[in-house]
Amino acid sequence: MSVLERTDVVVIGTGFGGAIPAYNLAAGGAKVVMLERGPELGASDFTQSLELGGYTRIVDLIQGNGIQVVAGNCVGGSSVIYFAASLRAPSYAFERRGSGSQRLWPRQLSRATLDPWYDRVEETLPVAEQTWNDVPYAGGVFAAACHHAGHTCNPVPVAVDLGRCTNCNWMLNGCRFDAKRSMLLNYLPAARAHGADVRPLHEVQLISKALTPGYRYRVNYTVLNPNDYRIPAGVGSIEAKIVVLAAGTMGTPVILRRSRQALGGIPAAVGRHFSPNGDRVSMAVLNERKVRDVLGLQRKPGTAYEAFPIGKPIGSMSYDYLDARRPEFLRFGLQQIYFPAITNILPEDGTPAQPDWFGVDKKTLAGRWRSWLTMLALTEDDNEGEWGVLPPTGNFIRVASSAVISSLTYHPNAHTRRGFNASDAALRSIIEKDGIGQHLDWVGGQPVLSAHPLSSCRLGDDPDTSALGHDHQLRGHPGLFVTDGSAVPASLTVNPSLTIAALAERASSYVADAARAAGVSMVSHVPPPVG
Amino acid sequence: MPGPELSRRRILQIAAAAAASTVLPAVPLDSAQGAILGARDRLDAFADTIVPGAARFAGDPIVLGAAPGPGAVQAGSWAMYTDPDVGLAALLPALAAVLDTQAVAYAATHGKLLGHGVPSFVALDFAGRTAVARKLLESRGPDQLLWYAMAAMPMLAFHTAGHLDTATAVRQGHPGLAWLGFPKPDADGIWRFPVFSYRRALARRHPRTIGKGQPA
Repeated sequence: MSVLERTDVVVIGTGFGGAIPAYNLAAGGAKVVMLERGPELGASDFTQSLELGGYTRIVDLIQGNGIQVVAGNCVGGSSVIYFAASLRAPSYAFERRGSGSQRLWPRQLSRATLDPWYDRVEETLPVAEQTWNDVPYAGGVFAAACHHAGHTCNPVPVAVDLGRCTNCNWMLNGCRFDAKRSMLLNYLPAARAHGADVRPLHEVQLISKALTPGYRYRVNYTVLNPNDYRIPAGVGSIEAKIVVLAAGTMGTPVILRRSRQALGGIPAAVGRHFSPNGDRVSMAVLNERKVRDVLGLQRKPGTAYEAFPIGKPIGSMSYDYLDARRPEFLRFGLQQIYFPAITNILPEDGTPAQPDWFGVDKKTLAGRWRSWLTMLALTEDDNEGEWGVLPPTGNFIRVASSAVISSLTYHPNAHTRRGFNASDAALRSIIEKDGIGQHLDWVGGQPVLSAHPLSSCRLGDDPDTSALGHDHQLRGHPGLFVTDGSAVPASLTVNPSLTIAALAERASSYVADAARAAGVSMVSHVPPPVG
Repeated sequence: MPGPELSRRRILQIAAAAAASTVLPAVPLDSAQGAILGARDRLDAFADTIVPGAARFAGDPIVLGAAPGPGAVQAGSWAMYTDPDVGLAALLPALAAVLDTQAVAYAATHGKLLGHGVPSFVALDFAGRTAVARKLLESRGPDQLLWYAMAAMPMLAFHTAGHLDTATAVRQGHPGLAWLGFPKPDADGIWRFPVFSYRRALARRHPRTIGKGQPA
């Protein structure tokens, strides 16, 4: 049986892009319903285990053509599984042009105009400044290697309660100590306190025009079986005056493309110009003796490092190449980051013999796992990604509990590869100086691995290449807003969560204006949630 | 960079592979149990190619002893292949047949004689098995994703004990986690690292750092 109900605002998705507008609208006086395709879990549900059926309930490993993407699938979205690095994008990132001739961001947006929203998010999450005492061994050894090679290196600001954090290194599974400041601890409970109705396991399929006068859109969803997301357990529809689409970069363009006919057309830029945030993962296997003798490090008597699995996953980062004076595609952040063993298929073994990523040499490399140091270069790519055929339902074809196949294609072009090569060379020069370690590729048959998908429905001034105006409204569709990572026009050269959150804060005022214009009674000022 | 036509073709190939992998598990697993079990020797041999282990006994025909220490087979690759959460079980007989076919082709083109009494893929030496695995994994054909998944399972068995609770697996000495040096949890089965930092300034901060450690 189909159920039709009506509300002021439907928010699709509960990550940064959904939870923040939901709070601002609910606190402003709107009746808000939030639809989330994933389940709802809390600290007591999060496991410290790599057993299938645990983390796989909330993490999607998305296989595209030429790319793998990791994304969240639960109430709180990717904020539940992210690694909490909370960085403002450098000023030049907003001036990017890619390989085109026009500025990619809308003229109203720059680092200066976004800074007040960054401030608000930093206070709300809140973001903590790490001292060197807070940086785990892996971040420390990376910083020491940077210093040895003549580079600066910073502790990374993180959305973590440092007093509560146990440095267990299980962030991907969700934080069982409630130390990581996901949306579960701030915006979502605040939205609920103002009446927002959060509905897990509700997967939106289609947005169409509403039939009821005074309502603009009808959001059609499938209720999913909690034990097998491939099995539907019901269907329903909600009509709303305003829709905020924040299904994530991997979901938003698919929902919109499926809605093309029902909405009477959508901008051609939807589902094009995808960016993996220039993510380029590589690793080092460290020489423990050189770490001791060259870098002067010792974490306990007789042990220099051997600490890969210890700590918060992101500790330190060099900003040296985040330099506006460098040419576009040659600016990048260099970050120490821990990857859980589920990605151990990816490192290449570092020997000239074939095969590269499995077999005897790979097993030998695994025997030195505690001396591994994984690193992420966040480079400037050229937005080469594009979606293909639509899946019958949902955002992808779900093969197993967390294994899904997307029609996203991503093949780095010459510009992007230039950035990859430059960042590889920079990391190699740091890691291999005086034999501290060996720098290894991390592609295991997969050209690109990204945990930061962006730009599938982006902001911009040019209607040919951007689907949204500066107010996050989908062109030609008043009252339909997109506020997730898909709106970010291009890679940021830092982890994008803080920018997505700041944009969602800024967008909330435009959504509130539209709600007011649609007859919803809204207060003029909403304070930040109480942290 | 491939043209748009190739991209579309590739997407259709992926869709076809996905469709195959979602349709085939609909075969009643009970009636397929015999065939699945019959595929085990080939798939154990494939898992041993991905993460090789020491022979379990003298003359072990499956685990060839290409590397010291236990490998994927000892670490639980079969449990991963047949895990309902993975969804590969009903495909295993067909994939084992592909391994045998490729083994015969390899033997024929490399002047190798395959012994009798064991499946063709099992009969190959380690170099031959590796060559077949590389061909399947580097094929770029419609079934490449499936073979990537087939390689991922022994990797996950060895590197993560994905079929077991991690705390239990570490305590019981799971061979893959032991090989990695995976740390042990506290007595309550929870990991915490109260000592985790060198607690020293190890680099100069960037001169244009602002606010809470942000880039300018």
